[in-house]
Amino acid sequence: MPVAVPLSSPVVLATVLAAHAGEPGALLPILHDVQDALGCVPGELVPQIATALNLSRAEVHGVVTYYHHFRAEPAARNVVQICRAEACQAMGAEALFAHARQHLGCDGHGTSKDGSVTLEPAYCLGLCASSPAITLNDEPHARVTPKAFDKLIEEARSAA
Amino acid sequence: MSTTVYVPRDSAALAAGADRVARRLAEEATARGLDVQLVRNGSRGLFWLEPLVEVTTSAGRVAYGPVSVDDVAGLFDAGFLSGAAHALNLGLTDQIPYLKNQERLTFARMGITDPLSLADYEAHEGYAGLRAALALAPDAIVQQVLDSGLRGRGGAAFPAGIKWKTVLGTKAAQKYVVCNADEGDSGTYSDRMTMEGDPFMLIEGMTIAGIATGATQGYVYVRSEYPHAIAALNEAIHRAELAGFLGRDILGSGKSFTLQVRKGAGSYVCGEETALLESLEGKRGIVRAKPPLPAITGLFGQPTLINNVITLASVPLILARGAVYYRDFGMGRSRGTLPMQLAGNIKHGGLVEKAFGVTLRELLFDYGGGSASGRPIKAVQVGGPLGAYLPESQWDTPLDYEAFAAIGATVGHGGIVVHDDTADLSGLARYAMEFCALESCGKCTPCRIGSTRGVEVIDKIRANNNRPQQVILLRDLCDTMVHGSLCAMGSMTPFPVISALNHFPQDFGLEVPDRVAA
Repeated sequence: MPVAVPLSSPVVLATVLAAHAGEPGALLPILHDVQDALGCVPGELVPQIATALNLSRAEVHGVVTYYHHFRAEPAARNVVQICRAEACQAMGAEALFAHARQHLGCDGHGTSKDGSVTLEPAYCLGLCASSPAITLNDEPHARVTPKAFDKLIEEARSAA
Repeated sequence: MSTTVYVPRDSAALAAGADRVARRLAEEATARGLDVQLVRNGSRGLFWLEPLVEVTTSAGRVAYGPVSVDDVAGLFDAGFLSGAAHALNLGLTDQIPYLKNQERLTFARMGITDPLSLADYEAHEGYAGLRAALALAPDAIVQQVLDSGLRGRGGAAFPAGIKWKTVLGTKAAQKYVVCNADEGDSGTYSDRMTMEGDPFMLIEGMTIAGIATGATQGYVYVRSEYPHAIAALNEAIHRAELAGFLGRDILGSGKSFTLQVRKGAGSYVCGEETALLESLEGKRGIVRAKPPLPAITGLFGQPTLINNVITLASVPLILARGAVYYRDFGMGRSRGTLPMQLAGNIKHGGLVEKAFGVTLRELLFDYGGGSASGRPIKAVQVGGPLGAYLPESQWDTPLDYEAFAAIGATVGHGGIVVHDDTADLSGLARYAMEFCALESCGKCTPCRIGSTRGVEVIDKIRANNNRPQQVILLRDLCDTMVHGSLCAMGSMTPFPVISALNHFPQDFGLEVPDRVAA
């Protein structure tokens, strides 16, 4: 479960570290909890995480940067993931991704000009019989056409 | 009298609007003063029909699909609660040919039960395997798994019983059971369906594995792209603990087994078992050299049984009905069934569980109904991004580990991705190399560097820049990757590349030889 927000980074980190004290191999769960609470894993927390787990800063930095899921800066309020793997390619995912880039005015891993939507490529969402598939704020959508994409984005932008 | 209506909660059903349909059904029933009990079941795996709404009638469960929010009022008007005729009426669910002709062993409960109801699970043969296992000595449980002929369903097809036996035979104070639920192959979703649609089956399989091998702690490593699977699994674990199926003194046997879900973080190579163990230890997901085998030196240096979701989920049935029952399905050394997943450009995409031996052509046409676009099917990739592209001349090959290996292909995790004749196979070959470059863990040179060079060489071939020499270079590079890489990521990326080159030379701007290799 995500840790309660909004709190400052040190408070979040202390809570998260306490929740995982003594847990073997706890670095990934800790990073997930930090990101769930803060929207990213801020670089300034790396030394403290390292100290708490008796690791070097390099080891923690290595883990944070190795995994695609962890981000150094928070994403926008809305995150859209478009699957670009083979089963979705077979049903037009590349054209959908190109459309999304143009519609949002940003590249993959980027954020739209108005700052409201972050576009992420994904490599399989497990919806391969309903392709092309996307998720918008973790909710899956099947057989997404460019028109349906625009509508979903419009709804997300207008939601409070 | 209350009528039971089923609306699936599987991600693929949600993606097609199942939540909105379920809400509208409940509202409409209330407005009409009808007593409807809504159950959120797993998916039957007929994804072109999702959301597939079912109603319990005296004749059995009747299916309607695909149901949109706008259809709901009309369904009530037509009297669907008593199974009445309607344009979306598909008849009795279990008589739909796509389902009726399958051999669902592992997926026997899928879409039938409420995934989070232990009572439902037990009423459908759930926990019969664990009860049988608790009456056996550990080596007798392992013998059942050995005798069943079950092989690793993640893709490597290693005999499961041998792994189990090795872990059982290795002495240690702490052993682990790890479930590889990092289902990253495009075209596969059977693990996701299992975790979302029948999570107790996986929990039961892992518990049996723990009792058989002497492991008391289990981990399920689920990819972060599967939030609904993670939620379902966590809830199921909680309920199993409360009911005494997990934790200390399982069903009064004195045996202990605890289970924890760990979330991945978007790394494809963590589906490789040793990289997964590194990730569980809190490290970068870098592949380990083998030996030592994880069964001897695995998680935190301890003996670890690591199996895929479907492998572990197959175990309860084997214990409940006996090894012989399972072994009697299949062909050659491929025993039992495989939940195959039809994906991509296919009219009737979905889950087809059949005994090994079914041909690709049967799956593509008898089940799949041909392409979704209505155009001719050009190539089929079996076994995920590391699987070969198969041309029509190979579609009569039976789904069997050895038969596929003989044609330079792989069954893998059973994913079947269909491409129609608009597909550009040199582009897909380039993508295979690009994906490998993106996801390589970087430990070995052939994979780390070879994949980037592969993209460059394919670009030159496509641009007709010294094409004949570049083709020789590509084959040489693939040979190096196959033989020099540490794990399947680097050693199998050449499978899609070389098969595309061999079977679809025209897409690379090459002349088609008179005699295309079969």
